[in-house]
Amino acid sequence: MTEIYPHKIESKDVNLYYGNFHALKGISMSVEKNTVCALIGPSGCGKSTFLRLFNRMNDLIDGIKIEGDCLIDGKNIYSKEVKIDELRKRVGMVFQKPNPFPKSIFENVAYGLRVNGISHKTLIEERVERSLKQAALWDEVKDKLKKSAMQLSGGQQQRLCIARALAIEPSVVLMDEPASALDPISTSKIEELIYELKSQYTIIIVTHNMQQAGRVSDSTAFFYMGELIEYDLTKKLFTNPSDTRTQDYITGRFG
Amino acid sequence: MIGILFSILGFIIYKGIGVISWEFITEMPKDGMTKGGIYPAIIGTLCLIGGSIIFAFPIGVMSAIYINEYTKHGYFRSFIQLMTSNLAGIPSIVFGLFGMSLFVNQLGFGDSILAGSLTLGLLVLPIVIRTTEEALKAVDDNFRQASLALGATKLQTIQRVTLPIALPNILTGLILSIGRVSGETAPILFTVAAYFLPKLPTSIFDQVMALPYHLYVISTSGTNINDSRAMAYGTALVLILIVLILNLTASAVRRYLSKKNNIN
Amino acid sequence: MKKLIGNLIQGLFLISSTVTTLTVLLIVFFLFSEGLSMFKESPLEGENILAVHSNNKVKTVSAEQIKNIFDRKITHWSEIGGSADSIILFTSQDFDTYFNADDLGPKFEHLPRKIDSLINSTPGIIAVFSSRYIPPHFRGKLIEVSNVSLNSFMSGREWFPTAHPAVQLGVLPLILGTLWVSLIAILIALPIGLATSIYMAEVASVRMRNLLKPVIELLAGIPSVVYGFFGLIIIVPMIQDIFNLPVGETALAGSIVLAIMALPTIITVSEDALRNTPRAMKEASLALGANRWQTIRRVVIPYSISGIAAAAILGIGRAIGETCFGHSVRLALS
Repeated sequence: MTEIYPHKIESKDVNLYYGNFHALKGISMSVEKNTVCALIGPSGCGKSTFLRLFNRMNDLIDGIKIEGDCLIDGKNIYSKEVKIDELRKRVGMVFQKPNPFPKSIFENVAYGLRVNGISHKTLIEERVERSLKQAALWDEVKDKLKKSAMQLSGGQQQRLCIARALAIEPSVVLMDEPASALDPISTSKIEELIYELKSQYTIIIVTHNMQQAGRVSDSTAFFYMGELIEYDLTKKLFTNPSDTRTQDYITGRFG
Repeated sequence: MIGILFSILGFIIYKGIGVISWEFITEMPKDGMTKGGIYPAIIGTLCLIGGSIIFAFPIGVMSAIYINEYTKHGYFRSFIQLMTSNLAGIPSIVFGLFGMSLFVNQLGFGDSILAGSLTLGLLVLPIVIRTTEEALKAVDDNFRQASLALGATKLQTIQRVTLPIALPNILTGLILSIGRVSGETAPILFTVAAYFLPKLPTSIFDQVMALPYHLYVISTSGTNINDSRAMAYGTALVLILIVLILNLTASAVRRYLSKKNNIN
Repeated sequence: MKKLIGNLIQGLFLISSTVTTLTVLLIVFFLFSEGLSMFKESPLEGENILAVHSNNKVKTVSAEQIKNIFDRKITHWSEIGGSADSIILFTSQDFDTYFNADDLGPKFEHLPRKIDSLINSTPGIIAVFSSRYIPPHFRGKLIEVSNVSLNSFMSGREWFPTAHPAVQLGVLPLILGTLWVSLIAILIALPIGLATSIYMAEVASVRMRNLLKPVIELLAGIPSVVYGFFGLIIIVPMIQDIFNLPVGETALAGSIVLAIMALPTIITVSEDALRNTPRAMKEASLALGANRWQTIRRVVIPYSISGIAAAAILGIGRAIGETCFGHSVRLALS
């Protein structure tokens, strides 16, 4: 496919209000295709809110007001023609806490396909297997696909959620602190996975863990009090930040 | 202390167990309700349970889904919730009078299964709504968000994720409301219950006998109270057994479904 | 298409909750309209009218006065603002004593004329008869019965909705009765219920609790008519024996039955409330050297007091509903 638009994901002067609270203040940034972008910053800085702009999960919250443009492949996802469920099919999401449905492992991965009207049995089986392989979970669960997903360990559950998100073939994957509830071994597996997935997907990941951001991402954005303080290549931002607040945060002086 | 409560159970079981026999539950009452069985009352109560649940369950569950999944926090939602809790607070005799006025007289159903079922349905509506609402509230928001994030519509999310997870608790509420229906006397007094009618109903516009009202009649105003005392014990025991069976079913259904979902 | 179906079903959901809301409004409306019509109707039974001699100065009487007149508690017109004549009663039951059956004709066609002459010749008479028998040229005077006023309804001491010739609608004894019976029921049920729930939540072993909890939930589900039946055959005779009363169907019996009825609800709800006390709070108290009872009294109960209050209200709320019923149709069987 030829690259028509310069950026895969772009936000233009986005402001967001929860009632009277100004949660995002004029954020403009862009993410290139097939890269990993990390969002860092102290709690309550707006990074998760920013992440959830791109699959319109913020729409669920009462009393929210959004200004400015969010673009994916150059199209404003907040325009009237965009159907929310179509958008969410193209933009997968992995949540902080592993949240598999209380169904079988197979049905969890197949869920997104079924709700999008795919009922062809072999097609579903193929997709489930491929997604589980992509999420590096296939070998562990291939013999117990009919078992309840709730029996898996936390790390396996999170990889299942990633497989579930990949099954509907999104082009963007949003990850909201995907490893914060996991042990170190599971965390490193997820990180490896993110690195692998980069070749096919554009990924935005919110994380509290500075080392993680350094390891997995190509570019990093630092948020503070609802503002985008600094956005740069990860190497540059971690070794030579241009703003003192970024410097203070990554060296652990606050947050 | 709980001994008092136990002794009530024990007493009625002790006195009633001798009365219950196959004939008791399959025969018509005879001799001024001092002999024979309570078959028509059992059938009548079953009709009323069925009728009221057909009416109350869909409306109740749908209302609860609307309140919990579709409305946002605000005046409209609190207004509906206020109305529901008001409905729950109305004494059952008022439902009886209301049912008599609206269904029996205004709508012209007469004393009938239809009028009685609708009245009982209104009575249990708040119970169904309340338990369904609680069940839906107990479903972790993460499940809803995960489903929506996968491109499911709101309706698909409710149908495929929220309702299956909430189902055990919803069914528990349903079974409890059946228990309530089977035991109420006041609402059926003016809408359906027959004092003595030793035949089975043929349509929904027929009167029927019902267990609780039958117990009331034979223990207070029957033609011969002392002679029908044994029948009263038997009827009371049958009522208790119905409640017991429903409770056991409720906990069995609950255990089965949560094992199936594997969420504990 | 998908969206259309979604909207349709959402509409269905909306209609359902509207039904619920409308029902409540309908019930409220029904209570008001039926209740208000009571104030508009004459307390006289059916088609009856009240007639006196044409010289009588009294223009209206109240339902209570009618009752007292017919109970012979008021015997002279002077007591209700009339002349000094003594009151002579005449109702449809007195037809035979005043008239000869032959005079009335086979179809009572002469009755109106007879009534007319009787009233005209008896200055102290007060006559109650059906409006069908009003004579064509009536020489007596019809007097009005004042409608039931809100005041007399709320403060009236007598409730005889089927009394003859005028119904007595004073709701005060019903309200007081309900309040008394419920109050005594709370006084009996609350301490017992609270003690039991504390035992179950804090003292009992897990096995004991797992055994008791379902049984008490079962008891909460038992129909009130069964409790009423139990009260009738056990509590009522017991009270009759203990206090040597001619009848045992007293307020006390009612209160005891209601207390028993409310107990399971009170126990389950307040036990849930007690168990919701955070473990950390209890442990903090125990770690400071408080013993188990001090912890229960100073930490657990204050923390769950709102839940306990809710339990008492729920339990008694159900019971009060049943008492109202008990008074009007004696269904509480007490």
